[in-house]
Amino acid sequence: MRGPAPDFVRRMPDGPENAKRGAHWLAVMRLDPWLLLGLICLSGFGLTVLYSASGHNTNLVERQLIFFGLAYTVMVGVAQIRPAFLERWAFWLYGMGVVLLVLTLLVGVGAKGAQRWLSLGFTRFQPSEILKIAVPLTVAAFFSVRHLPPRFLQVLVCMLLILLPAALIAKQPDLGTAILVAVSGLIGLFLAGLRWRYIVVTLLLVSAAAWPMWNYVMHDYQKQRILTLLDPEADKWGAGWNITQSKTAIGSGGIEGKGWMKGTQSQLDFLPESHTDFIIAVLAEEFGLKGVLALLACYGFLIVRGAIIAWQARTTFNRILAGSIALTFFIYVFVNMGMVAGLLPVVGVPLPMVSLGGTSLLTLMVGFGFLMAIASDRVAGAP
Amino acid sequence: MTRLLAKWRLLLLCALLAILPVALAWHLAHLQVVPGQERGYDFLQQQGQSRTLRQEKLNAYRGMITDRNGEPLAVSTPVKSIFANPQKIAVQDYPRLAKALGITPVELQKKVGNNSDRKFVYLARKLPPHEAQKITELNVPGVGVEEEYERYYPAGEVASQLVGFTNIDDKGQEGMEFALDNWLAGSAGAKHVIKDLRGNVVKDLGLKKAAIAGRDAQLSIDLRLQYIAHKALKAQVEARGALSGSVVVLDAKTGEVLAMANQPSFNPNNRFNVPLANLRNRAMTDLIEPGSTIKPFTVMAALQTGRYKPETTINTSPGYLQVGSKTLKDKHDLGVIDLTTIIQKSSQIGISKIALDLEPNSVRDILHSVGFGQTTGAGFPGEGAGVLPAHTKWQPIERATLAFGMGMSATPLQLAQAYLMIANEGRFQNVSLLKKDPQAQDDTKVQQVISPKIAHQVMDMLKTVVQPGGTATKAHLEDYTTAGKTGTAHKVAAEGYAENKYVALFAGMAPADNPEIITVVVINEPTIGSYYGGEAAAPVFAKVAQGSLHMLNVLPQAKQQVASISNYQP
Repeated sequence: MRGPAPDFVRRMPDGPENAKRGAHWLAVMRLDPWLLLGLICLSGFGLTVLYSASGHNTNLVERQLIFFGLAYTVMVGVAQIRPAFLERWAFWLYGMGVVLLVLTLLVGVGAKGAQRWLSLGFTRFQPSEILKIAVPLTVAAFFSVRHLPPRFLQVLVCMLLILLPAALIAKQPDLGTAILVAVSGLIGLFLAGLRWRYIVVTLLLVSAAAWPMWNYVMHDYQKQRILTLLDPEADKWGAGWNITQSKTAIGSGGIEGKGWMKGTQSQLDFLPESHTDFIIAVLAEEFGLKGVLALLACYGFLIVRGAIIAWQARTTFNRILAGSIALTFFIYVFVNMGMVAGLLPVVGVPLPMVSLGGTSLLTLMVGFGFLMAIASDRVAGAP
Repeated sequence: MTRLLAKWRLLLLCALLAILPVALAWHLAHLQVVPGQERGYDFLQQQGQSRTLRQEKLNAYRGMITDRNGEPLAVSTPVKSIFANPQKIAVQDYPRLAKALGITPVELQKKVGNNSDRKFVYLARKLPPHEAQKITELNVPGVGVEEEYERYYPAGEVASQLVGFTNIDDKGQEGMEFALDNWLAGSAGAKHVIKDLRGNVVKDLGLKKAAIAGRDAQLSIDLRLQYIAHKALKAQVEARGALSGSVVVLDAKTGEVLAMANQPSFNPNNRFNVPLANLRNRAMTDLIEPGSTIKPFTVMAALQTGRYKPETTINTSPGYLQVGSKTLKDKHDLGVIDLTTIIQKSSQIGISKIALDLEPNSVRDILHSVGFGQTTGAGFPGEGAGVLPAHTKWQPIERATLAFGMGMSATPLQLAQAYLMIANEGRFQNVSLLKKDPQAQDDTKVQQVISPKIAHQVMDMLKTVVQPGGTATKAHLEDYTTAGKTGTAHKVAAEGYAENKYVALFAGMAPADNPEIITVVVINEPTIGSYYGGEAAAPVFAKVAQGSLHMLNVLPQAKQQVASISNYQP
């Protein structure tokens, strides 16, 4: 929100023509310079680690570079969309996503016992990625036209909107993505001003439901993951292998690290999933604690900038959406790092911007495109 | 109210945003910085190293075994062995790997697939380097190469039982390879390498410990004499349809074993399907009754009393003698004969009568002092000590039979060792399988057992054995004088002496005037022709002694004498 402006010039109507004249080209492109700086730093860092983690596979890094190009282009494109337009189309995107999820369950293809992809003939994609965007968008759109704080019925409807796709994704099964999608929606609900008594009651209900969940609902592999987390040493060579290996890689990095492309655990294939979900262990081994803290600083910078954009957002929709995106990004980073470091269950969440993978990168950059659009909306377009 | 809630919400968010990353960073820092043996940085670093850092064994070169002239008897050549980790070898690699190994994919599957619970199997052992290279060039994950040494025995079956052999892991199994294993083996070294998950060596960090090569060992045998002994023995064992046979040749001055041949033999370079009995170094492991070859020692005991002289006569008529419940017999009635004739004709009656006249223990004492009943100390695995009876009260029949070598047992080498004493003018010393350094002080324990005079007297008697009228005219050499004694022993079976099974022996030395070599020949169970020592064993002695003395450049005395008499012009 703009504060009181003391002088005359600032009071001039900031129409599009005026804004463009003499404005910085980044502003013209509707790009937030701070976000862009953070993203470029992170991309560079990520590609460097990926090159090492992939075993100097230039092909793989080139492919990821192409994805980055594509993702940045999409971000710039998304940044041009007015938030009001997003607000109008949010439910349509959500509906399409849910339909695709149902299709995935019916005719999807998969690997390692999970059915997560839809084949388009020339390529295949994960509809669950759409929901990572669509759910916060929908929650923000849902509350933008309603009285806040939300009433009980509204909360209930919103919960349904969130849990339907989450359940469909969990059924694939892809617990990690399901949790992330649900969390992204719940953050929106929280930001919309959810009363604390709802939160407390829900927490109580969840705790009460935990016992039957554990015994009757959860898959064995999910239980195993939790048990492995609680005591990875108990099954060092089986279920706990990933965490034991990643901890070993992280720990052997020390403060300084072993140097780029010199990590023995990652380079010699002892670290599983070293260029996807566990890439932070590669970074920790080769760049040490210094590298990890630098990466955390990059992420922190992006999250803080996102929070500022949300704080300064003009409309309820903008605010909830920006807040959701920033906090979801924070959750992604935290869950991945916590998982690799052995704090959280291994749920298969990639490290944003660093792990190999085109789809998740694209989703992330769409989110940042939204953030940029909202950032531009703050100053442009008079109410 | 709304403002309060909003504030509460903001505070919670800020708290989470601050606390969670700090907790994460603290946890990572804990892993990376905090030292600790259990979960900390030291532990994890060491864990990391234990995953990648490996020690590789560096096989040590095994020392060479040579004969006394440096001719190789056992040599090691570098070869490569191919091994695989069955858990890391991919099925799609089977065809090309099998092709390079020269086996079918099914055979490879048997080696690798059927061992999927193991982490190490050999695919091919001891390949020549160029063949191993063909396989390593494929770079199949999970397949590695190891430097090894292959043992090769240039002399083949000629000296196989004495030299022995190693197993595929280069450890001595038999013979001198086994006896001298510690000396020959050296010690394996180690180097540190970094290996990846598939077991491929990624980086060589250098030597941790250098492999120390084993030392060479020089045996006392002379390969040329060994060939002669082997050839003569093999021919005779075949010609006589004998079960087995042994020849021992000693250096008469030093007691070094110059040749030790056994039949049947085997090729140590290809031990596939070799009967275990062929591996025995019979000259040192098999016990035989020495029979009449013991008679000279009984005569020594007699001469030592001073009551007997070589010319002392004994009445052996009527050709048999009742001792206790047994009747001893000579081939013919030899009448009244002197001690020399008793040896020359090998009279049982004569030697028995002498023995019964002597102190009960005197023959046994002489036999003991020349090494019977004790190992030679040559340090050969499985060497037999033989049996020399010791009684507090001797029965007459025991005294009589011991006088001609019955009721005791010995190895062919022990017999040769005993005759060494006669050749050395009564001085007894142990034999040696290792070459003695001619420069170094010989610290072999030498013991004067009988006086040189008696030794000469016995030697003169032994000379008559090979002369016309003796039992071993076939041991006579054209070029050299010889001396020796025949023996023919009944073989011992489960129920006493076997009726038709004999061991033919001859123990002798040449040249008789100044012995250079002692030779003992044992032919076990000859089935074709005569089984007498003078017939079955003496011809081998002649061939071996003649050939050996030529090889050793000993001046042929007999011919020299002939030449001087007839003005022979070559």
